[in-house]
Amino acid sequence: MARQTLEVGSTIDGFLVGEKIHTGGMATLWRVTRPDIDTPIVMKVPTILEGDDPTVIVGFEMEMMILPRLVGKHVPKFYGIGDFARQPYVVMEYIQGYSLFSLIEKAPLPADEVAKIGVKVATALVDLHRQNVLHLDIKPSNIMIRDSGEAALIDFGLSRHLFLPDLLEEEFRVPMGTGPYIAPEQVMKNRSEPRSDIYSLGVLLYYLATNVRPFGLPQAQGQLKKRLWRDPVPPRKLVPNMPPWLQEAILRCLEVDPDDRYDTAAQLAFDLSHPDQIKLTARSQKLQRDSLPTSWKRWLKSKGSDSGPRQPRPQQTNLAPIIMVAVDFSDGQEALTEELRVNVKRVLATMPGVRIACVNVLKLNRLTITFTLDEEGRSIHVQRLVELKEWARPLGLDQERVTFHVLEHMDPAEALIEFASSNHVDQVVIGARASSTLRRFLGSVSSQVVARAGCTVTVVRAPRAIAEAEAEDEKMIDTG
Amino acid sequence: MRIAFFSDIHGNREALDACLAHAERQRVDRMVFMGDLVGYGADPVYVVERVAREMEKGAVALLGNHDQAAALGQSDGMNEYARAAIEWTHQALDAASIDVIKTLPMSVTDEDRLYVHSEASSPHSWSYITDAQTAERSLRSTGARITLCGHVHRPQLYHMSPSKPPVFFLPQSSTPIPLMGNRKWLAVLGAVGQPRDQNPAAAYAILDTTLNEITYLRAAYNIEKAASKIHAAGLPQMLAARLFIGR
Ligand SMILES: Nc1ncnc2c1ncn2[C@@H]1O[C@H](COP(=O)(O)OP(=O)(O)OP(=O)(O)O)[C@@H](O)[C@H]1O
Ligand SMILES: [Mg+2]
Repeated sequence: MARQTLEVGSTIDGFLVGEKIHTGGMATLWRVTRPDIDTPIVMKVPTILEGDDPTVIVGFEMEMMILPRLVGKHVPKFYGIGDFARQPYVVMEYIQGYSLFSLIEKAPLPADEVAKIGVKVATALVDLHRQNVLHLDIKPSNIMIRDSGEAALIDFGLSRHLFLPDLLEEEFRVPMGTGPYIAPEQVMKNRSEPRSDIYSLGVLLYYLATNVRPFGLPQAQGQLKKRLWRDPVPPRKLVPNMPPWLQEAILRCLEVDPDDRYDTAAQLAFDLSHPDQIKLTARSQKLQRDSLPTSWKRWLKSKGSDSGPRQPRPQQTNLAPIIMVAVDFSDGQEALTEELRVNVKRVLATMPGVRIACVNVLKLNRLTITFTLDEEGRSIHVQRLVELKEWARPLGLDQERVTFHVLEHMDPAEALIEFASSNHVDQVVIGARASSTLRRFLGSVSSQVVARAGCTVTVVRAPRAIAEAEAEDEKMIDTG
Repeated sequence: MRIAFFSDIHGNREALDACLAHAERQRVDRMVFMGDLVGYGADPVYVVERVAREMEKGAVALLGNHDQAAALGQSDGMNEYARAAIEWTHQALDAASIDVIKTLPMSVTDEDRLYVHSEASSPHSWSYITDAQTAERSLRSTGARITLCGHVHRPQLYHMSPSKPPVFFLPQSSTPIPLMGNRKWLAVLGAVGQPRDQNPAAAYAILDTTLNEITYLRAAYNIEKAASKIHAAGLPQMLAARLFIGR
């Protein structure tokens, strides 16, 4: 491959090369400028040495393939790639912020800070996975926190796009990843599992919360396999004051079998944003590693487990969506809340992995802005929660699959839309009250949610309301 | 430049028209017909005339094994359905169509691309590319960076870096796939007129040479009509039935 020597002041395809800001194992990074681009940008160039590891080259091909296809604030904005035969490079936005790597020295971090980082990174993963890309090398140095607060993922050299050829698969006989963070199935050379990223994020959260790496710093391949059978020390053993919910979340990410982890990054983000709603299992209580006979059994099982490349499975988010149900308890809405439940039942029948978030908005008016603080306000809030739980009880949902939220807001539609977007809700199920001329003019809550929510919205009507709507329509025709 | 590739039309007028209409909406600059214009379907003359008209406007067309057999009326070595179809097609073709078929080349080289109906190492053997091994034979026989072929009726994509065996990829419809730099690519096209990948929709592909991306596409067409014409022509029933299931 022909190569140019990059140096300060040289120009490639209109990019003027500035200072070198990083020299890594795989690549160097240079600040560059181009007259028509007024944000800071960097050029990443592979370090290709004669007889070098071909992973460097193929990894760079993958990055050149994937980065141009990604959009959104959770990745660096893409500006250009170089011709592979001449000078391979990618030019991307310079992310202003800090690397998560710099946070490691502050570990152990308090639980709420760990959860906050977890939500940010999981949110970035939701965005990436929705674009059909798996990162497969989640670790502190590959995550930046923007000045605006969002996590941005960098370094797509080991990534895979589920609908594009995986140039790395089969090409190499060794597992690809970073020793401390790599998921067990990646160790077994499966590169098509979105939940591998959830595992690596679990390792990262464990590390941030305890200042200990759950699987140490493995040096050889054989040591990587150990995580298939030997479970990590429960983090609460290392940090006794860690709340059980955080151990629950972290150890769930670190399950060996992807089916035992969170189904989606959205579900992990959801749990870490609502710690009080996390279902605590035996995981949260563990203070010892599993007994040696248990590990030994897992070791035997891991010997027989199949390995090797897989064809990607259908997108995980479709099988395990988060569905938000907006339930209104105003008088006279019983038929409607019943119909909502019927609709949710239908969804449950077809999608066993679904999660239901039951939401009610406690409407505040301008005058009672301090409402939440007084005794009466609190008791209304609690009453609403009780009613939500009662509404959901006939659905017979396991605690792990249902959560309850009373939102206090002056604008119910706004509250619902905000909740849906910040919790990566895939679908909203909302009731529409009997129509009235007035409501049509003012715009009902449901019609506002339909118009402004970023996801699928199902509007449910009580059977009786249809007849009323017809009568209403006739009236309008009569008078109109 | 955007180039549309149509392979294995096999006398299926409805499927061809659907693909051409679909491709027109995708703003293509050129067309390449990858062989097997005829055989199996009930409209061989229509298809040859339509392709000939596109050739006058700059399209490229290649010879397929069915085209050769139908023009010469020679169906030795073919299975019973194919043979029945070839005999029927030979009768149906007029002199003008046979003349067009006789001018078709076995392969065409276009910049860094090679177009050929079947496996490139020996185009006259009409071998099938079904796995990495057969793909490797084809890829090693040419210096072209991108080879496009048909013949198998199942979309496939192989990529091969200089010192490694090729790797198979099953392309997803409507997803542009970048044909990245440091390796060779072999794009096997699905069939316009007789898909066999269990998806009955007509298959074709578009290569964007500027973006260096290939997109495999599917077009729905009126299968009932194509099938009823096969019945009416007295061709084997099975040739109509398979269109509905894409096998
Ligand atoms: N777009 C960007 N904006 C700001 N900083 C970046 C950007 N991309 C990379 N960096 C910085 O450069 C470092 C290395 O980048 P990257 O991980 O992409 O390369 P690498 O080849 O994996 O390097 P290494 O071998 O050191 O991990 C990152 O950890 C980060 O600090
Ligand atoms: Mg890196």
